[in-house]
Amino acid sequence: MYEIVRKETLAPGICRYVVRAPEIARSRKAGQFVIVRPRDDSERIPLTIAGGEGETIVLVVQEVGKTTAVMADMVAGESLADVCGPLGQPARVQHLGTVVVIGGGIGVAPAYPIAEAMRNAGNSVIAILGARNQELLIMVEEMSRVADRVVLTTDDGSRGLKGLVTTALQSLIEEGRPIAEVIAIGPAVMMKKVCEVTRPRRIPTLVSLNTIMIDGTGMCGGCRVSVGGQTRFVCVDGPEFDGHQVDFDLMIRRQAMYAEQEHLAYQQYLDRQRG
Amino acid sequence: MPTWRERTNKERLKLPQQRMAEQAAELRIRNMKEVPLGFSAAQARLEAQRCLQCSKARCVAGCPVGIDIPRFVAQIADGDFAAAAATIKEKNLLPAICGRVCPQEEQCQVVCAVTKALKSLDRSVSIGKLERFVADWEREQGSAALPPLPKPSGRRVAVVGSGPAGLTVAGDLIRQGHAVTVFEALHRPGGVLVYGIPEFRLPKEIVYREVEYLEKLGVQFRYNFVVGKTRSLEELLGDGYDAIFIGTGAGLPKFLDLEGENLCGVYSANEYLTRSNLMRAFEFPRSDTPLARSRRVAVIGGGNVAMDSARTAARLGAETVYLVYRRSEAEMPARSEEIYHAREEGIVFHLLQNPTRFLGDQRDWVVGLELQRMELGEPDASGRRRPVPIQGSEWVLEADTVIVAIGNEANPLMAQTAPALRTTRRGNIVVDAQSQRTSMKGVFAGGDIVLGAATVILAMGEGRRAAQAIAKYLEDGKWSEAPAVPEACSAAPVEPSPAPAA
Repeated sequence: MYEIVRKETLAPGICRYVVRAPEIARSRKAGQFVIVRPRDDSERIPLTIAGGEGETIVLVVQEVGKTTAVMADMVAGESLADVCGPLGQPARVQHLGTVVVIGGGIGVAPAYPIAEAMRNAGNSVIAILGARNQELLIMVEEMSRVADRVVLTTDDGSRGLKGLVTTALQSLIEEGRPIAEVIAIGPAVMMKKVCEVTRPRRIPTLVSLNTIMIDGTGMCGGCRVSVGGQTRFVCVDGPEFDGHQVDFDLMIRRQAMYAEQEHLAYQQYLDRQRG
Repeated sequence: MPTWRERTNKERLKLPQQRMAEQAAELRIRNMKEVPLGFSAAQARLEAQRCLQCSKARCVAGCPVGIDIPRFVAQIADGDFAAAAATIKEKNLLPAICGRVCPQEEQCQVVCAVTKALKSLDRSVSIGKLERFVADWEREQGSAALPPLPKPSGRRVAVVGSGPAGLTVAGDLIRQGHAVTVFEALHRPGGVLVYGIPEFRLPKEIVYREVEYLEKLGVQFRYNFVVGKTRSLEELLGDGYDAIFIGTGAGLPKFLDLEGENLCGVYSANEYLTRSNLMRAFEFPRSDTPLARSRRVAVIGGGNVAMDSARTAARLGAETVYLVYRRSEAEMPARSEEIYHAREEGIVFHLLQNPTRFLGDQRDWVVGLELQRMELGEPDASGRRRPVPIQGSEWVLEADTVIVAIGNEANPLMAQTAPALRTTRRGNIVVDAQSQRTSMKGVFAGGDIVLGAATVILAMGEGRRAAQAIAKYLEDGKWSEAPAVPEACSAAPVEPSPAPAA
């Protein structure tokens, strides 16, 4: 169960795992995620499904703390202790016209199946992929296969446009072509900034939120966010929401709730395993 | 020297009630071990001799699963603990759990003849403690004997949820020769027994041992499987399951909908307890799941979950733990034993207080809650006096962690993905009371998902009824003869919860 069939490094600190999970592979839809425990003593973490075929699913994971570090130190042939899913509401996929799919950093991974689904629904898809530098740009080839046009941005200008995804989005909007919808996935600050660009122009914008989660089935409320002044659970009402309604500031602060403990656990792991 | 059977009722009533040893409060708030330490064999035998062996025993009717209490108690008095275990297991497959968490003071012990004779519920025959003694004794012996199993019936049953209702259905049906697979959403079995009830009230080891016993009997367990997401109910029926039992519980936390409720440090009791119990956050960083480092914790609520939350917070190192409840102690739904333990452990009770909003600092972390004093007015729908706010009585209680423990409702995941399943407005699955049949052919349900948040033993009772009906359905295949499932989503929804809302 949950065997890592293949593992490759896409960028420094970013790995792609092909995991055997037949039932999840069979029922997954774009936009859904899984809850993973790499080892038997691990915490539960949400990871978006970045694709898959046959009996496997694809997870693209950036090392940011202990649990993702534990995963990074696993090799093909080993098995993840627990993988639960597919969870969350599927992404809303419909024929709209031209849609812009924005993936920031690791957000490109979950953006990919959504871009693919939107394209299959007859939309014209423009993808904007952004990263700090060219090493951290991932899945460019895959995105090129499902998007009609791909715009790359890097903070340092080492590849594509120099600047943020919002800069590229602004330019795109100014080109004049009507954009029916923007889908943005990436760090919370990035999604917030994208919404600030689209809000005055009234371009519908969907975001995929990545809060802390424990069970992933709506049982605890740990993942709750405020959307349009109402409390919503990301794991069962989301992860996709109307970006213009999301209280990003609150979400960002809730995401930082365990920063001290996370840092301690990560540091201890690094000292023990890689010191 | 008369044998115990020859003693008169008068002599039995004079026997001293055996006190079960408990960990001292100052000691036990530093560990997660059980508080009551169990009877010795001598204590158990003596306590059992206090039973009057009534010919018309009211205790049996008081038990939701009808355990033959006088018989197992007599067997303990005789020193035949194995026979006592067998007697209990005729009706209850999880005695180590029920002996610990059943509210016996509301079920068997309250109607006990000794209670009546001595005019004191506290001095009834300690039926619960005796049940626990027998179960623990049997477990310590090593191997509980496996009953002989009939030859396979060829029928397959899917049980959704591995909490008390699901485990009961699985145990009953496997013993009748049916193939049973239990689908559990989490990575460990037990449901609320493992994520909700703390280690110090119900050691997880006990639950896992019961599950191992079921596995030895042939029950298959599939974890990380969310029926409704991983596979729908319809798909499971298509996969060849002849019947399905839904025991998914009341896993949707209720929040107060107050300003500041999404501040950092405000938890639902489910989250707080799941982190601590299931994910062992009390061992962080040895376990990887963190929990807030709290100095002052305020728990809102008055039920067992509120007590569990408060007592867990105390053990996690909080300096002060407050329990905030809008009515008075008399109206608290929690077991009096747990209220007593909580007070002993130094939890500060703020009764007749209700929160109006939560206050946070610039990091969006909770720093306090505004409380309003209440007074008791006329009785409400639950029969208890309704709390009425006293205008202008607001004050602020400082706290860096708040746990909202005001109840749980039906998790909507199942109903959302199975439109053929009729539910009440609150999301509870509607069933026929005799057979636990739902509106979907081949699908039964029981436990908290039907009753609303209730007790382990009631869930087991529902599971028992469902198992009987499932066995009959597997045999004769008749569905349409069942009494009609009452209309659910009309103006008069079924209000199933027997436990009063706090």
